[in-house]
Amino acid sequence: MADTTSGIAQNGHPRVDFNSSSLRLKLGLAEMLKGGVIMDVMNVEQARIAEEAGAISVMALERVPAMIRAEGGVARMASPKLIKQIMDAVTIPVMAKARIGHFAEAQVLQEIGVDFIDESEVLTPADETHHIDKHAFKTPFVCGARNLGEALRRISEGAAMIRTKGEPGTGDVVHAVMHMRTMRREIQALTVLSEDELYHAAKTHQAPYELVRMVAKAGKLPVPNFSAGGIATPADAALMMQLGAETVFVGSGIFMKERATPLDVENNSVEREEAVSRARAIVLATTHYNDPRILAEASEAVTGSMKGLAAAAIEEQHLMQTRGW
Amino acid sequence: MTEAPTSSPTVVIGVLALQGAYEAHARTLRELGAEPRLVRTPDQLEGLDGLIMPGGESTTMLKFLERNGFFDLLKSFVQETPTFGTCAGAILLATDVENPPQRSLGVLPMTVERNAYGRQIDSAILESQTELPGGPLEMVFIRAPRIRSTGPEVETLASRDGSPTLVRYGHLMAATFHPELSGDTRVHQFFLETVRRHKQAQATRDSA
Repeated sequence: MADTTSGIAQNGHPRVDFNSSSLRLKLGLAEMLKGGVIMDVMNVEQARIAEEAGAISVMALERVPAMIRAEGGVARMASPKLIKQIMDAVTIPVMAKARIGHFAEAQVLQEIGVDFIDESEVLTPADETHHIDKHAFKTPFVCGARNLGEALRRISEGAAMIRTKGEPGTGDVVHAVMHMRTMRREIQALTVLSEDELYHAAKTHQAPYELVRMVAKAGKLPVPNFSAGGIATPADAALMMQLGAETVFVGSGIFMKERATPLDVENNSVEREEAVSRARAIVLATTHYNDPRILAEASEAVTGSMKGLAAAAIEEQHLMQTRGW
Repeated sequence: MTEAPTSSPTVVIGVLALQGAYEAHARTLRELGAEPRLVRTPDQLEGLDGLIMPGGESTTMLKFLERNGFFDLLKSFVQETPTFGTCAGAILLATDVENPPQRSLGVLPMTVERNAYGRQIDSAILESQTELPGGPLEMVFIRAPRIRSTGPEVETLASRDGSPTLVRYGHLMAATFHPELSGDTRVHQFFLETVRRHKQAQATRDSA
């Protein structure tokens, strides 16, 4: 069982220890997930379609962000029963979401054996101050971030993967782009600072100095940086990969028809085929993100697309990306 | 140990970059003085002295191989050219795949069981004696497959609880762990030696 009470470094070792077996194994799995597509799925049939299309992993959840946005209510961890059904149905790694700060949900997810836990702003936060102490878990965590400081705070808490947030459930890539560009710009800016300027940079970013220094030296985050939130088409996926994402998460973009209505992949063969075509095309575009010829082929192969919701039309208090601190 | 990489002629090693840990392999190859080249399309197999097929998801990689005749081209390529498969790459090389059965290049006589040690929570870093010189070797297992049996001519270079984890069969090598995630470069060096020997033999044959 995870010990979530030990908040203090033991024996004086740093908590973010990139040489520890625990963190190396977490980062090892993140490494295996590079250059691919992680798809949100709500049932066994969608999970099978995702695997069949070439997804490297699936995120098991009860409602995709577009539905949560449309239906409202409190969004929580998915039922372990559903997650286990999906784990049994596919051979690729299965991820699941816990609410921000809800370490008990994370304990449940670790117990049933999910491969990656997403401490996600898509669900209704359980703690308005604290995120989960992710060092206390053996299962790796991915967390969202809009900028470098947020990313480094999550890494300091033990995240083994960062995904830029974008605005989930919209099918509008504009915020995914903004967050990735912000991350890049802020990382680049660190690389030209002198040693003595890094202390102030750490203060500005509200991030641990050692991690800031590490980023300044390497010119990249110390964990893989994936992209999420509004990626809906093959070209969106290629855009994010070209901007520096190492893998993309696609949520509502594959299995949604209208804003709150998923394609009926279980009973309607035309709608099933549409989901399959979207899933395949996004996988193709993500690997060949630098090859416009294959991108064109992928874009052409898609039948239909998620209707979407312009991110600019969402009122401030309804944004999901501002959750998490 | 091997001779210094700088004193050897540069070899060009393709790294299958459909998805997975290809960057980590490319980094290790560069460290050892070899020239890595990312391979995403069949035409990029041209002009390579060797190939590494990295870890990742074998199901995803297969989807890409099933396009544009990539599978058949890669199959003839690995029959002729030194190739090293790690984890998912090892699964692709095997003659038989279990849990569940799936298509593979079928060039290395062994039966591989996918995700045989369990899920991510069962991933582990172990150290053990191997046939490689230089003391115990660190082996990083991530949702690892298990080699259940090997053909009579397959040489076992390392193992875990009696199951082979690093094997060699002529110009082919396979590992169920991830040498690209360890600081220890001996496994890659061993593969590069195979590549250089193969290249030399070929040059001798061609000039004869």
